Amino acid sequence: MRDTDFFRRWMDTATAAVEREADRLTELDSPIGDADHGSNLLRGFMAVRAALAAGEPAVASPGEVLQLAGRTLISTVGGASGPLYGTLLRRTGKELGDAAEVSDDALREALYAGVGAVAQLGGAAPGDKTMLDALVPGVAALGTSYRAAADAAEEGARATVPLQARKGRASYLGERSIGHQDPGATSSALLLNALAEVAEGAA
Amino acid sequence: MLINSAETVVADALRGLAAAHPELDVDVERRVVVRRDAKDGGRVGLVSGGGSGHEPLHAGFVGPGMLSAACPGEVFTSPVPDQMVRAAAAVDAGQGVLFIVKNYTGDVLNFEMAADLAGEDGVRVEQVLVNDDVAVTDSLYTAGRRGTGATLFVEKIAGAAAEEGAPLEQVAALARRVNESSRSFGVALSAVTTPAKGSPTFDLPVGELELGIGIHGEPGRERRAMMPAREIADVAVGAVLDDLAQVAPADGPVIALVNGMGGTPLLELYGFHAEVARVLSERGVPVARTLVGNYVTSLDMAGCSVSLCRADEELLRLWDAPVQTAALRWGR
Repeated sequence: MRDTDFFRRWMDTATAAVEREADRLTELDSPIGDADHGSNLLRGFMAVRAALAAGEPAVASPGEVLQLAGRTLISTVGGASGPLYGTLLRRTGKELGDAAEVSDDALREALYAGVGAVAQLGGAAPGDKTMLDALVPGVAALGTSYRAAADAAEEGARATVPLQARKGRASYLGERSIGHQDPGATSSALLLNALAEVAEGAA
Repeated sequence: MLINSAETVVADALRGLAAAHPELDVDVERRVVVRRDAKDGGRVGLVSGGGSGHEPLHAGFVGPGMLSAACPGEVFTSPVPDQMVRAAAAVDAGQGVLFIVKNYTGDVLNFEMAADLAGEDGVRVEQVLVNDDVAVTDSLYTAGRRGTGATLFVEKIAGAAAEEGAPLEQVAALARRVNESSRSFGVALSAVTTPAKGSPTFDLPVGELELGIGIHGEPGRERRAMMPAREIADVAVGAVLDDLAQVAPADGPVIALVNGMGGTPLLELYGFHAEVARVLSERGVPVARTLVGNYVTSLDMAGCSVSLCRADEELLRLWDAPVQTAALRWGR
């Protein structure tokens, strides 16, 4: 079972990963976007870290950790990433309810719902060169292990290189979006990798 | 760059806006710019917003006859829903609020969330999407046409109608009609340097230009060797007119906006406008009103865009109506 602390550590580890990789995310966002994915996510996750540290409102369950993180991202990131990442975490958190501990099966189901909400909000499908190209194979591999999910997400992100973008700002480039790795898929892989690291540490 | 730091660039600009324009209520912390008399007179509220870096859009267009409030986001990043919810509450005089949203995924998602939240707070909200950029094919394979220069047409004309006391549905319908009657096409001669990155966001060598650019420093659809202004005008105006031919009325006068992207001198913009006027004359399109200057910019990008709005008597009358904002003022 995974307790509230596990989810706090997931968000902490994700924040550290975004801190570490922010420049690379912005670099990936330069040729096919507007060179701010790293700095925008960094602002959001730093705010998540601060909100969780402040402990107000009281965060007493795994579901509340993710919902607070999601609300904070929506209020601080802006762009498409804010609503999309915010919705991913909020919806996943809502699915977890107010249980003090959740099973790996419950977390997997909740993440399925979260990724579904992202797809619905953004109107994208796998293959459109978006976050979903990492998230969909990632959550599909959760049944195997957290590490398998992280690896599948990473592979999915790398597989966006030859794709032509059909959603978001990169889609304006048409064929010229081909040959670049999608920054959103890359940051999605970071999020699932942070989950795997925490799970391995807690195992 | 003439900044203190990349992190404070938006807040610093808002502090400057507040110092220069005491008639505006500038909340630097929460990033909302409101005309002080927004709630007087029982008008429909007009709220727009978007990433910073496009100044004077949108905060420079807040004031009598145009926007009631603007919500500036981070550079090239849409504002967050909290900003629009706060702006809607600050300007709603019971007549409802119109959100003017440029068609970018981030802006659409954040305004949509804000409309839901403001609606829960009891504010009647309508939204109009601006998508005038002909360089993007509007299809299932893109995020749809971008909102660019025509945003100025929509904000000015809808703002005039709201100032006259038109009800929300009428202001919204008018805003949609202006958008549908307008098209734009942009050209970049240089890439932009964002404060966060500190170097050009893409590599555009001297002697080449990008056709069909947006306003976020993203590359365009096609790169070509540098052309003289007259040839750029042929391409840009041709693209706009060909697309505009599909709207009704298919003839009659236009309002023309020759818009600088931020890094091109007015000397060049006026020279370019001479070529725009020539092409319009050759194509038999009468120009009723013209605006030349930097209005919907992309930081320090060199380049320009051409926006045309097919205008009937009503649109021209509202275009001529008094406006008193930081960046656009006439008739008073």
